[in-house]
Amino acid sequence: MSHDKTMTLTLHVWRQKGPKDPGKFETYEAKDVSPDQSFLEMLDEVNEDLIKAGKDPIAFDHDCREGICGMCSQVINGAPHGGMDRTTVCQLHMRMFKDGDTIYIEPWRARAFPIVKDLVVDRGALDQIIQAGGYTSAHTGGIADGNAILVPKDDADYAMDAAECIGCGACVAGCPNGSAMLFTSAKVSQLAVLPQGQAEAARRVCAMTEELKAQGFGNCTNHYECQASCPKGIDVKFIAKLNREYLKALCK
Amino acid sequence: MQLLTSSVGRKVLMAITGQLMVLFVIVHMLGNSSIFIPGGINAYAEHLHALPPLVWGFRLVMLASVAIHILFGVQLSLENRVANAETYAVKNLKRATLGSQSMLYTGLLLLAFILYHLLQFTIRATPDIVAGVDAQGRFDVFAMVTNSFSHGIIAFVYIAAMVVLFLHLSHGIQSFFQTMGWNNNKTLPVIGKIGTVAAVVLLLGYASIPLFIVSGILKG
Repeated sequence: MSHDKTMTLTLHVWRQKGPKDPGKFETYEAKDVSPDQSFLEMLDEVNEDLIKAGKDPIAFDHDCREGICGMCSQVINGAPHGGMDRTTVCQLHMRMFKDGDTIYIEPWRARAFPIVKDLVVDRGALDQIIQAGGYTSAHTGGIADGNAILVPKDDADYAMDAAECIGCGACVAGCPNGSAMLFTSAKVSQLAVLPQGQAEAARRVCAMTEELKAQGFGNCTNHYECQASCPKGIDVKFIAKLNREYLKALCK
Repeated sequence: MQLLTSSVGRKVLMAITGQLMVLFVIVHMLGNSSIFIPGGINAYAEHLHALPPLVWGFRLVMLASVAIHILFGVQLSLENRVANAETYAVKNLKRATLGSQSMLYTGLLLLAFILYHLLQFTIRATPDIVAGVDAQGRFDVFAMVTNSFSHGIIAFVYIAAMVVLFLHLSHGIQSFFQTMGWNNNKTLPVIGKIGTVAAVVLLLGYASIPLFIVSGILKG
């Protein structure tokens, strides 16, 4: 392990005091950065220096730091989560950078994701899409017996692939149209392929795509940037599946 | 009508009208290719115009397709601009192509070209048009086309428009299959390649005519 080789990096970080503030880039120097640090750990150290200097630390979202919660949300050098295949910001390590590199750090940018502060955005619009139909209606009661409803293995695998979505919003951040179609399609596809979700499939796809529009997300034009941005590798085949489900729903 | 207002519905209408225009463009190219057979294009035009219901049926479907495609194309593009008004200081696009990003512009350029093209060879109102008859008394399409394309600038504008068409279709053809839902992770790369190849074939097919005329291989 090369603990001795540390790096010095120039960071251009988007600073914005609040939703109404116009915001601007501030430049910071990150010194003694270890290649074994994660990107967020590097920012933690920059923040410690800022606090010691009596300045406001950079606000950014994070939680599990294991790549599964979907909280971290930074566009690094123009790519959501830094652009490494299937990697969230918290799992992006500083060994991906070289000594002397300049790094631009920006928040998710989309009309549906208003900036709260610095790199923190409000992703509540995704919750609204889920509330519009990303569930199955079920009367509560005793827990259903395991394997009472048999699901073919291929369908279960397909649903699990769609369920990998952690709702981080990178698909929106990466989309040139600010569309949340990949997110929506993952939820629609996951439920449409399972017997528990099929009963409401038609209502769900219409309600969720309507909510997507109402929340101010753009329309999908098949750039496929979403899949390239997704830290979980959600496939655009789910958008094709959503389109199929939508056309089926129109016939009902 | 949800089809006319929803995000996916309008996209489906754009895909269907776009694909009708692709079918037209394929048929049109095959018709044009009869210029390489001596007397072919004059005979083709004669036979085609002997069937007014077919010609007008085609024209009406195309007019409706163009109108719907442009209306929703502009509307969806404007909405997308509002949804993504703030751009990044650094851009790093991975999958988007020149074709996919320029659809609105290539589309509007194609509209301008279609209007000019209709004015030129359908209405025959541009100054370069030679309207005569051939030895068999048919309208001489061959002489009209070879005369117009012998002007370098006219040939250049036509070829440039075909490059724009190529860009538009390099995204449009594969996009149709995705929008109709006829796609998955196995078919996507194959359909993408087929779309690009089809767009190249159309570019070569159309551009070959002015190229052969302007280079003197095909003489009037």
